Amino acid sequence: MNYSIDELREGALKALENISANDALANWRSQYLGRRGALGKLFGTIGRLPQAQRAGFGQQVNALQQELDAAYAQREQLIQSQLLARDLEEGEIDISLPARPQGRGGLHPSTRTHREFQTIWADMGFQVYHSRDVEADEFNFTLLNLPPHHPARDMQDTFYTTNSNVLLRTHTSPGQIRAMREFGAGGTKPIRVILPGMCYRQEQVTARSEIQFTQVEGLAIGRNIRMSDLKGTIAEFARRMYKPKAKVRFRASYFPFTEPSMEVDVECFLCGGAGCRVCKYTGWLEIAGSGMVHPTVLRNGGYDPSVWSGFAFGMGPERITMLKHGIQDIRYFWGNDLRFLQQF
Amino acid sequence: MLVPVSWLKDYVDIDIPVELLAERLTVAGLEVAHIRYIGLPQEPAPGVLMPRSEHLVWDREKLLLGRIVEVKSHPQADRLVLAMVDYGAPELEQCVTGATNLFGYKDQGEITPPIWSAFAMEGARVWDGHSAKPRQMTLKGKELRGIFNKSMVCSEKELGISDEHEGVIVMDHDERYVAGAPLADVLGDVVLDIELTPNLARCFSMIGVAREIAAILDGDMRYPSFDFVAEGPAIEGQVAIEIREPELNPRFTLTLLRDTRVKPSPFWMQRRLKLIGQRPRNNIVDVTNYITFELGQPLHAFDYDKLVERAGGAPTIITRLPDAGEDLKTLDDVRRDLGAETILVADTAGALSLGGVIGGGETEISEATRNVLVEAASWNNIGIRKTIKEQRVHTEASARFSRGVHPSQALLGCKRGIELMRRLGGGQAAQGLLDDYPLPPPTVTVELPVARVKRLLGMDVSLEQAADVLRRLEFDVTTDGDMLRATAPDHRLDISADPAVGQADLLEEIARIIGYDQIPETIMADEMPPQRENTAVFIEERIRDILVGQGLYEVISYRFTSRESEARLAPDGAPSPLPDAEYIEIANPAASERNVLRQTLMSNMLESAVNNARYQSSQRLFEVGKVYLGRGDLLPDEPLRLGILLTGARGRTWWQEGAIESDMDFYDMKGIVENMLAGLHIEDYRLERGTHGSYHPGRSAGLYIGRERIGAFGEIHPQVAARFKLTEAKVIYGELQVAPLIQRHQRLHTITPLPTTPAVLEDIALIVSADLPAGEVEAVIRQAGGRLLRDVTLFDVYSGDPIPAGKKSLAYSLTYQDENCTLTDKNAAKIRRKIIGAARHRLQAELRS
Repeated sequence: MNYSIDELREGALKALENISANDALANWRSQYLGRRGALGKLFGTIGRLPQAQRAGFGQQVNALQQELDAAYAQREQLIQSQLLARDLEEGEIDISLPARPQGRGGLHPSTRTHREFQTIWADMGFQVYHSRDVEADEFNFTLLNLPPHHPARDMQDTFYTTNSNVLLRTHTSPGQIRAMREFGAGGTKPIRVILPGMCYRQEQVTARSEIQFTQVEGLAIGRNIRMSDLKGTIAEFARRMYKPKAKVRFRASYFPFTEPSMEVDVECFLCGGAGCRVCKYTGWLEIAGSGMVHPTVLRNGGYDPSVWSGFAFGMGPERITMLKHGIQDIRYFWGNDLRFLQQF
Repeated sequence: MLVPVSWLKDYVDIDIPVELLAERLTVAGLEVAHIRYIGLPQEPAPGVLMPRSEHLVWDREKLLLGRIVEVKSHPQADRLVLAMVDYGAPELEQCVTGATNLFGYKDQGEITPPIWSAFAMEGARVWDGHSAKPRQMTLKGKELRGIFNKSMVCSEKELGISDEHEGVIVMDHDERYVAGAPLADVLGDVVLDIELTPNLARCFSMIGVAREIAAILDGDMRYPSFDFVAEGPAIEGQVAIEIREPELNPRFTLTLLRDTRVKPSPFWMQRRLKLIGQRPRNNIVDVTNYITFELGQPLHAFDYDKLVERAGGAPTIITRLPDAGEDLKTLDDVRRDLGAETILVADTAGALSLGGVIGGGETEISEATRNVLVEAASWNNIGIRKTIKEQRVHTEASARFSRGVHPSQALLGCKRGIELMRRLGGGQAAQGLLDDYPLPPPTVTVELPVARVKRLLGMDVSLEQAADVLRRLEFDVTTDGDMLRATAPDHRLDISADPAVGQADLLEEIARIIGYDQIPETIMADEMPPQRENTAVFIEERIRDILVGQGLYEVISYRFTSRESEARLAPDGAPSPLPDAEYIEIANPAASERNVLRQTLMSNMLESAVNNARYQSSQRLFEVGKVYLGRGDLLPDEPLRLGILLTGARGRTWWQEGAIESDMDFYDMKGIVENMLAGLHIEDYRLERGTHGSYHPGRSAGLYIGRERIGAFGEIHPQVAARFKLTEAKVIYGELQVAPLIQRHQRLHTITPLPTTPAVLEDIALIVSADLPAGEVEAVIRQAGGRLLRDVTLFDVYSGDPIPAGKKSLAYSLTYQDENCTLTDKNAAKIRRKIIGAARHRLQAELRS
């Protein structure tokens, strides 16, 4: 009978080795390990053996059953993993096929730049104040120390309305007067605001100049605002907006509503100040006009210039956006061409 | 303004490289926009970057000063001559040249007085004078009509001085000239192009710029002499002055030069005028221009004899306003009608010139002029500005007077002018000069406590340092304890007598000359203003984010449009959908289609859609921007609007699904709007069938929040779409007021807790009248279902067999849920019965089995 056990083992294991599918495996299981299977039959023969052999034979059959159970489990695992591997292989797709279109959407590049500006200025305590676009001549010019016939009025080509005292603001600066009068409480409270908005100039529309453009004006008024604060604050902005540790240069300039006045240049962020086409090989990019609020403007805002002082600045977000993204034509901004807008 | 450095050096020593000078001037507020090099090399200063100049650098060994000793004829060519040049070598060099301006010297023997030119030796780099395009070449020896030639005398073009190539450079004799000296030392130059801001009127001259340089470099000014040699009879009796409008003409001075000769100016004068872009004319007119640029004081020269002739004796120069209907023919040959505010220089016979702007033709200097009356006057800058504007004439004189020239300069200009004219043209100047000065400007003295300098600049500046800077700028400064008193010099009109403004004026000067780079960078130590909540800005940006999140692109349109463009938004016979407001009309529009400000975003957005339609099969756009609603004499309302535009395919072509056939419609827009409202937590809104004329009446809706109508959206009326040529696909548009969205958004909305009990789902289909709005059915279901009906989703709308005609079937899936306990079938059935009962009773609905 020993022969029979060995024979059975050999036959069963050999048969198992050739099995690679689940149903065949199930068949093998019932053939050998099922109640009516080969092993069951062997157990059935135990009773017919002489008493002395029964224990020995029984142990052998038990051992065989354990061996076949283990072999089965191993085989089953193997087949499962083979099947999984095959499924995965068959499930392969062409990942190079085009994606299912997903709507993306996007903010206008000008809005993006304004948000960057606003975030940085908000961190420094400057709040947004929206002033009006259609302005009285008095606010756009006279109250800003640009009385009628002032030479600096020539610097700006103004759109006038058919009401001769009303014009489209040429800069965001008239908002200075409105902010001072609204928040200054008769010249008794400090102010820190930025005034973003659309401005208008009567110019030929070209790749470089537009009849409307946005500006961001800033204004800080206090009892102890110094020119060094203006430098420190604008330099801090420039370093956060453009490049940490960027060099910032301040040049004397002229704006009727500030004195002293200055232009602010930042180290060209495209060439790192080494000189390139964009910075016209000077290493500098002009980013803001600024200065200490002119005493006359302070007075017009309700403040006593012997006690109060302040600084103001103005920046052009489109220019910055153009520099950052290599936009050669300013007309893209209000052209609303999706081919442009989708690139942001 | 063009400023040759060689000219500046007449007045101030410049011992730093030109590039560094340009940087210092720029930082001090005189922006050097461009540097032009003539023959001299560009020498980059440390730390200063500038564009590389492509000019010709003159070889100091091969481009030399040469004396043209003699001009001989060319034996074989009439159109060539042989110039014999002394360039310092033992032998004269023979140059074959076609320079026509040497032909007059041909075969005349040695030229006296000597003339000088630019001499180029073999191997020198020069510009090719015969090439139309700029091209450099190296001079090589070659035979010219039988005579070997290896050097040349140069034209201005060949040296890169100008485009002049008719003749060679011919310079008058100068005692200092040495044959063979490097040309660069004689004619080499650097010309700064300085952009002057309006506050720098005092710098609108060589002396003006030199003064700034002297202050910046802490050097000394060398003023030219203002003495003049007067050998003629006294001026009194020969001419008189009468000023009738001192406000407009505060000062008028005259001098007289007799027996002079009008002829071309000498080389040095012509060269300087050319360097600054002026065309030399004759010695008299050139001096008037020269003084204008040297001192910033424009001069005018009259032919005295013509004045005598007009007056029939000694003329009286009168400055006055025009008589009614008076006109004047000016030097530019334009006959001008004179406005009431134009100040004139006249005589007893009539107008002579527009004061401070342009002279008249009749009394101008001609070659025949022998006696010259020189005018140097002061004019009110606003008066000049009005004249410029009215007459549309711009001259070097008006450019200066319109910015403001201090009257002190008139006398200096008059003296310097007459002396230069006398030296260049000969003759005798009358003794004395006439000076009528009825309205001198007040002397301005500003008091500045030194503590104020620190307070406003944030930098320690000592009294001595501040005083020194102002003295360098020629202020008269005294100090008293901590107080500094500065009196403005008599060439400046920009220092204010208002104490606060005057202090700011001085602070700017102190900061500018010390250097803005010396001021530290500090953080504001001042009291922080109260920080306010900025809901409007926050919600405006939130709206943008919600829309971008739904796949929309933000656009920003021109705020300009035309009435005609917006009139297209009303279909035939329909009332205007625009707000009841006036247009803000532009008096000087950039284009007729942009002559008013928009009252709606619709017109410009539809135009954007047309433009994009050429490239896009699908567009999803929005804009947040102002419209402008005129209110008579008041400034207009500028409310913010939100415009949304959808057109074209709902999706894009994709390989698994092929082309997307369905276009976006009303319901896409409704979804976007509702999502936005949900994002702002605005719940109490409702839609009503639209009455806005620009939309399809059956496919549009008005949006109401509470009782307020805040806008409308829907399919654009086919007639309107056709006018915008938007016929390819339906255009869905919506425009809402932003202010109510900001006002009504819920900042503190409460959330619903997440239920832990299971939900019961079931479907019902109701057959209702075909014209019953689905919204009413859902409202009835929700009301009947009460608290336990959590969700109602319409999943099918059907009409047709077997549904009876005039009816439709609406199929809903309903979700019941009680957060407190698990619902039983019995509970669910009870809710269902209530819903069906309400539908039957209130909507005459039947349950579809």
